[in-house]
Amino acid sequence: MSTEKKPKNVFVQGPITPEKIATSIAHHQVKTNIGGHDIFLGQVRADEIDGKTVSAIDYTAYEEMANQTFHEIREAAFEKFDLTCMHIYHSLGRVNAGEICLFVFTSSAHRKDCFEATRYLVEEIKTKVPVFGKEVFEDGSHTWKENK
Amino acid sequence: MKLNVKYFGMIAEWAGSENGQLDFSGTSVAELRCEIEKRIPGLNSASYQIAVNHVVAANEAIITLGDEIAILPPFAGG
Repeated sequence: MSTEKKPKNVFVQGPITPEKIATSIAHHQVKTNIGGHDIFLGQVRADEIDGKTVSAIDYTAYEEMANQTFHEIREAAFEKFDLTCMHIYHSLGRVNAGEICLFVFTSSAHRKDCFEATRYLVEEIKTKVPVFGKEVFEDGSHTWKENK
Repeated sequence: MKLNVKYFGMIAEWAGSENGQLDFSGTSVAELRCEIEKRIPGLNSASYQIAVNHVVAANEAIITLGDEIAILPPFAGG
């Protein structure tokens, strides 16, 4: 670990609501050294797999390792990019198709840093964080999602 | 040594449990793979990683008593 800061809990139970996202944006209005924000929202797709449609993803995680990994990814992003703020939230439990499961929010004085940091964070999260997704079909059967 | 092993996602489904105890006589992660693959049908043809104390471990890594072992199927976050 590169700092002594304790890992935050990134997980929220169920979908990330548009209200939570709006509130998070509002909280930054007092930070007037920020000149730009960038946001990535991961949304559950109603994929069709073997003729069946995904109605939700049920997320689980190896939470201790995941929070530790999120922490390391955050610290690396703060090192690489000139960011003022960074917030990451990921869902656990059931998230229906069309709902938000990942919220990555970066802020910087100028646009380039937040654009690049958000992309970096999302790619790192997808490959390194032990989160597992059970894709539940409309008939109740399921399959397991795998990030490409 | 007795190891406590955590299973996640589809591997927990195959194992029929999220936690297991394994009597392990080897030392490396590679040996642990062989041992676990004997116990969980389908695992030898699946893609998975082993984490030791919250860090993904290479096959050569050494396991010692008290380590937290987790068997991780492919990640699906985001």
